[in-house]
Amino acid sequence: MIANYGYKDGSGEYYISIDTDKCIGCAAGRACLTACPKQMFEIITDDYDDEVAWIKKPNCRTLAYDCSECKPAGGYSSLPCIAACTPGAIKHSW
Amino acid sequence: MNAEVVAETVPEKKEFWRWQESVWIDETKDWKSAKIITCGIDVGSVSSQAVLAIDGELYGFNSMRTGSSSPDSATNALQGVMDKCGMKLEDIHYVIGTGYGRVNVPFAHKAITEIACHARGANYMGGNGVRTILDMGGQDCKAIHCDEKGKVTNFLMNDKCAAGTGRGMEVISDLMQIPIAELGARSFDVDVEPAAVSSVCVVFAKSEAMGLLKAGYTKNKVIAAYCQAMAERVVSLLERINVEEGFFITGGIAKNPGVVKRIEKLLGIKAMETKIDSQIAGALGAALFGYTLMSKKAAAA
Repeated sequence: MIANYGYKDGSGEYYISIDTDKCIGCAAGRACLTACPKQMFEIITDDYDDEVAWIKKPNCRTLAYDCSECKPAGGYSSLPCIAACTPGAIKHSW
Repeated sequence: MNAEVVAETVPEKKEFWRWQESVWIDETKDWKSAKIITCGIDVGSVSSQAVLAIDGELYGFNSMRTGSSSPDSATNALQGVMDKCGMKLEDIHYVIGTGYGRVNVPFAHKAITEIACHARGANYMGGNGVRTILDMGGQDCKAIHCDEKGKVTNFLMNDKCAAGTGRGMEVISDLMQIPIAELGARSFDVDVEPAAVSSVCVVFAKSEAMGLLKAGYTKNKVIAAYCQAMAERVVSLLERINVEEGFFITGGIAKNPGVVKRIEKLLGIKAMETKIDSQIAGALGAALFGYTLMSKKAAAA
């Protein structure tokens, strides 16, 4: 399942996609939890009883601001969450 | 001037946005002969539904406005449908809560997100050919892709902005002073199809609608412009999840042909039709999840 967390408003489209099929039984030891400086990721049991990562609810509405320091203008050449997720489950839409 | 005199002189405020609440029971079925009775309660931001399912089939529902308290809304929704068929809470084997107030359903055994429940409900209502689901709720909008069993394969949700939601339509209904149920039909009664209102925010769209009226637009033309904006808004969400044939719309806006027809035109796909109230999809899905859980328990015992 592709789970898209985020929003679209007048300023743009801000979604973090998590491919839960790649997230189940994480081969990276849930590295996303510690890689994100804002600690936005959390492990939950989803509706189909799989343990997967999601974005904490309050962050879903503020992604444009929360992720800004990890974007190139913040000095990062690659996003810490995407780099940490070696199974390649995480994607940003912007 | 005393309070009584004031009350007499203040004109009654008409609530054009108020949609029809409904209670329904399938009179051809007898719940007393059912093996498994399950209930789904969808406490949404604007409306609450309680659905009763007997042996995995829809039996009855109650759809009403959500009040200020989620537990009370859940209780009132369920009580309404139970009163209609003479059922008691003790007769129900499993209750699942869904919607934004799902964790506040006092008698629920489990909570499941509305995304999974809408997919399951749409699968029941539209059949196993349903693949793309658009849920236009009271204060959010969800685009869901599911498989032939109604299991979610891709979803996204927009609950930050009220544009493209039922609440947005209620605002326009009140502004135009036209009952919400008439908006869809009136949006087609225009000489020329207008361009969509440009604002993506409900508050600014309201201001823009006022401006259009002052510029000489008829009410119907303003409604058409707003319906088009809403359609464009949700289609842009749908495009992120790969729209496929088997398109199904749930939620209150599914009852507004002014928006539905415009979405169909933009997508080039016709929405599937159902005789079941589109607003109960989430609660129905929850009730069906309850049936599956109970069946698994019974099989394991």
